[in-house]
Amino acid sequence: MKERYLPILATVGVFVVAYAIGGVAFRNFLSTTVLGNMLTDNAFIIIAAIGTTFVILSGGIDLSVGSMIGFVGVAMARLDTLGWHPLESGLLLIAFGTLFGAFQGFIIDFCEIQPFIITLAGLFLLRGSCFMVTLDSLPIQHPFIGVFSDWHIALGGGGRLSASALVMLFMLAVAVAIAHFTRFGTNVYAIGGDRASAQLMGVPIRRTTVMIYALGGFYSALGGVVYALYTASGYPLQAVGDELDAIAAVVLGGTLLTGGVGLVAGTLFGGLIQGLITTMIDFQGSLNSWWAKIFIGILLFVFIVTQRTIMRSFMLRRAA
Amino acid sequence: MEHADRLPAAARPPSRLGDLAGRKWFWPVVALGLILLVDAFVSRGFFSIGIVQGRLYGSLIDVLYRGTPIALVALGMAVVIGTKGIDLSVGAVVAIVGAVMTYLIHQDMAAPWVLILTLATGALCGLWNGLLVAVLDIQPIIATLILMVTGRGIALMIDAGLIVTFRSDFFSAISTGQVFTVPSRILVCAGTFVLLWLFLRRTSLGLFVESVGGNAAAADLAGIDARLVKIGAYMLSGLCSGLAGVLICGDIRGSDSNNAGLFIELDAILAVVIGGGSLAGGRFYLGFTVIGVLIIQTLTTSILYSGVPPEYNMIVKGVVVLIVLLLGSRRFRDRVFGVFRRGAA
Amino acid sequence: MNAVDAQVPRIELRGIDKNFPGVRALDGVDFRLDAGEVHALLGENGAGKSTLIKIMTGALAKDAGEILLDGRPVEIDSTGQARALGISTVYQEVNLVATLSVTKNLTLERQPTRHGLISWRLANERARERLKRLNLDIDVERPLGSYSIAVQQLVAIARALEEDTRVLVLDEPTASLDAREVELLFAIVRDLKARGIAIVFITHFIDQVYAIADRISVLRNGRLVGTAPAAALPRLKLISLMLGRELAHAEDRRKGVETAAGGEPILAAEGLGRRRYMGAFDLRIGAGEVVGLAGLLGSGRTETAKLIFGALRADSGKMRIDGKPVTIRSPRQAIALGLGFCPEDRKAEGLIAELTVRENIILALQTKRGWLRQLPREEQESLAREMIDALGIATPDAEKPVGQLSGGNQQKVILARWLVSRPRILILDEPTRGIDVGAHAEVVALIRRLCKEGLALLVASSELDEIVAVSDRVCVLRDRQKVGEIVGADVTRDNIIHTIAGG
Repeated sequence: MKERYLPILATVGVFVVAYAIGGVAFRNFLSTTVLGNMLTDNAFIIIAAIGTTFVILSGGIDLSVGSMIGFVGVAMARLDTLGWHPLESGLLLIAFGTLFGAFQGFIIDFCEIQPFIITLAGLFLLRGSCFMVTLDSLPIQHPFIGVFSDWHIALGGGGRLSASALVMLFMLAVAVAIAHFTRFGTNVYAIGGDRASAQLMGVPIRRTTVMIYALGGFYSALGGVVYALYTASGYPLQAVGDELDAIAAVVLGGTLLTGGVGLVAGTLFGGLIQGLITTMIDFQGSLNSWWAKIFIGILLFVFIVTQRTIMRSFMLRRAA
Repeated sequence: MEHADRLPAAARPPSRLGDLAGRKWFWPVVALGLILLVDAFVSRGFFSIGIVQGRLYGSLIDVLYRGTPIALVALGMAVVIGTKGIDLSVGAVVAIVGAVMTYLIHQDMAAPWVLILTLATGALCGLWNGLLVAVLDIQPIIATLILMVTGRGIALMIDAGLIVTFRSDFFSAISTGQVFTVPSRILVCAGTFVLLWLFLRRTSLGLFVESVGGNAAAADLAGIDARLVKIGAYMLSGLCSGLAGVLICGDIRGSDSNNAGLFIELDAILAVVIGGGSLAGGRFYLGFTVIGVLIIQTLTTSILYSGVPPEYNMIVKGVVVLIVLLLGSRRFRDRVFGVFRRGAA
Repeated sequence: MNAVDAQVPRIELRGIDKNFPGVRALDGVDFRLDAGEVHALLGENGAGKSTLIKIMTGALAKDAGEILLDGRPVEIDSTGQARALGISTVYQEVNLVATLSVTKNLTLERQPTRHGLISWRLANERARERLKRLNLDIDVERPLGSYSIAVQQLVAIARALEEDTRVLVLDEPTASLDAREVELLFAIVRDLKARGIAIVFITHFIDQVYAIADRISVLRNGRLVGTAPAAALPRLKLISLMLGRELAHAEDRRKGVETAAGGEPILAAEGLGRRRYMGAFDLRIGAGEVVGLAGLLGSGRTETAKLIFGALRADSGKMRIDGKPVTIRSPRQAIALGLGFCPEDRKAEGLIAELTVRENIILALQTKRGWLRQLPREEQESLAREMIDALGIATPDAEKPVGQLSGGNQQKVILARWLVSRPRILILDEPTRGIDVGAHAEVVALIRRLCKEGLALLVASSELDEIVAVSDRVCVLRDRQKVGEIVGADVTRDNIIHTIAGG
């Protein structure tokens, strides 16, 4: 067994156990309907979290994710009132998101400022922009919305694999290819594992950093597009704090917050674990939704402490 | 630095002024002065202070009044940042503390006891963060992220998912009352500031905090218990957030766990950074942190008074953060201003 | 002279100068390296070894001098260019990414691609090929960090070695290897040498030098003090070269050896030690006595000092202070018991750069007093002023951040920190490193004055003359063991060198 698969096995293990508990505890839990809904409901956050995975793998952090989702939503809604097709406005905003991310990456590397504080400024700027676009919830009324939400692949047993879920799975596959089969992907891991060594080994730090945050911006903007299509509206307070959910999905997916170790595919399961917890609380009925946050927090704590222990043994081996 | 010798003589500022510009407090104070100056022109009566219904009234008082919760949180944050840490959980702590306070009030506990237990809750949250950072050696951003994620959940659990209100003359007096026409929360905040200053600067704790933030290994060899100092700093931050929570919840007379203290961590970090505190640790400035808070709050209030839609508030803040960060980055100054200087020479 | 000299050297450095602010790191150094030889480069910390290597590998630019490769002058401006010229380096700390797989480490930035995507099958093959050249057969898909340091070191060599590598620099490759692993590495080095690669081997293990090197060069204080074939350079002579000049002033020798050698020592350590760091040792220091710790780099000088001070926790042995048994688990306890410690690496372990000179100076005294009893500001200022005058610290005022002072002045600030804390036992690790000549004399004079006042001193130094000049008694260390103790009139250069060499 290879060490690199241990964290994701833990993640999948948690997912399977939780799923099994749900199956035993609640009727109709193991249906394809529940699975399909879970994939659809969490598609946007998982898409955004895929971008965050690259950022965290490189040892950075991106706090602008939630604001980006919110901004893309209100901008699409506003452009809809001007008669844009959602696909056109979506593409435009994805391009914007990518550039915005690249800009953040550039400042982080050029000015040697911690990523957390720069993306914090990004969070402010984007959320502020939301309020400038609109103060109220704006509907997106283009007929394409109906097409998008109706389109699906039947799973059998009444479940549906929606367009949102398909976009998410497809973009996950693309991300896996980028992470594991391109030089850029390996460089991300190298920078996260040991930045100084990576530089000595010839990894172009500036270019890679810019690309990492650009990719983060791309995926969070795409997440915003999917979210806007899914909710058919834009609201300036949409997705407030969702960067935390994205980070949690990445960590629960087995990626080390210190960078360098993790699998992009793990983020899918990290996101689904969060979705599963929410779904189970829905099924249970008497528990309130805040329990989800507490459960996720406890899981986060367990994962982070375990990771810390694993990394310590790594360090000790190096020092001995 | 390396370009200094290429400066043409005329461009070199007189040494007195150059000295001044090099001081850490120079830019924050200038910035605050500029904002106030603009206000003086843009909105009439910004500086007038009167007494309405036995209470001081005016834009400046309003700035102080609204700025108190941020100021309290920022003071604790400054100390944590001084140890080379960060506390993202302050907003969540505000929510938890509010919920605990509301719960205790509904248990018919005597108000002073409620206050003590509430503040202890804040310190306990800080202790949790401190243990993760100092004992388990988890990066501060990540360690405090856990409580940031979970905190509002815990608060909602205590509130049973509702916005719970209360009536308490004691807490209303602390938060929204006044003493000899001065809003009491301004006094609470000023008192906290003085106590903190005495506690940190009239003892050696401040020096120890800065030593640990500047070079933890050296501090250890000089006989400072770096772990204890870090834990203490996070507990202090928890305590300050707790007090901020008391003011915020005393104001709305209830616990709104979803919104109490939302985004306050961002304002607090911003205030510390504007006040000259470096995220790389090593120094903290309580006084300048308060000036940082005043800058942020004056900006917010000015936007409100000048007729610009309040929506611009966040963008303006974002731009301010960016400018402060860029000016604070040595590399940025060297590269960008270096180019200008070379061009000029 | 002999046959080797007749051929054109593979690489030759002539008259290399390099200055850093306030320090002359290299001063007219000549260095030649022949094809198919292993050339050991020796010297204490700060002698200029790594600066020389960095100039050779393009990581630093030289100020003066020339470099010839196979007889042709070359300019080496970057590490990339050095690599293109066939000069490769393996650093002391494995400069690879431990979390990446072996293959990824070996192929980073040069992975074979197919249809734009990396073919890991091909990459693994190439990695295995590279390792095969070093007779290494391991699972290349596992993370590098899961292997021993020795294997990691070999992987680093495999990455550095190209088909056209002509010069290989090994910077302390054996620092963290055990005997068997060293043998494994040496077998490979011999193999590479047989293929005509010129190898620079930097180490501080004298035995290893004689086991593998054909020629030896010694640097000291930025100058080349000698180059000789290993067979023609006896061990004693080598150690003597490394440890510095003959003493100029015989009267510098400390004469006051009449201290109470028979009386109760202030501090006594019995069998103190820690596995992997320092073998168990005994040590006694009396009031007014200066005990020197002598030995080569890596012999355990710093470890001994840190064990006594509690900065390294001992796992065996006992300590007594004034005859009473004590256990010191942290510097805090040591300070409370009246100890002080000036560390060798002042940047990492001593200075708090952001704090002012005054704050740095009073720090240890303040921790001793406890956090509640803050030293009054006037007292802080007068102490700082006193020390600035006494040690001649060059600073405009006591409120300047200490990070802005020069290296020598920073060292004095740390010394001042411990002097104002009035310890009874002071440990100085390399007290004069990086200090100019004038200040050097001041520090030595100060040490003597303190001892007259009854302070017990433990001085660890790589400067043998310094040890001889100040010590009443010298503990000699070799390979993390105490190997001898020299007392009183017997404290001479020769005796110490003989003891280090094992004579």
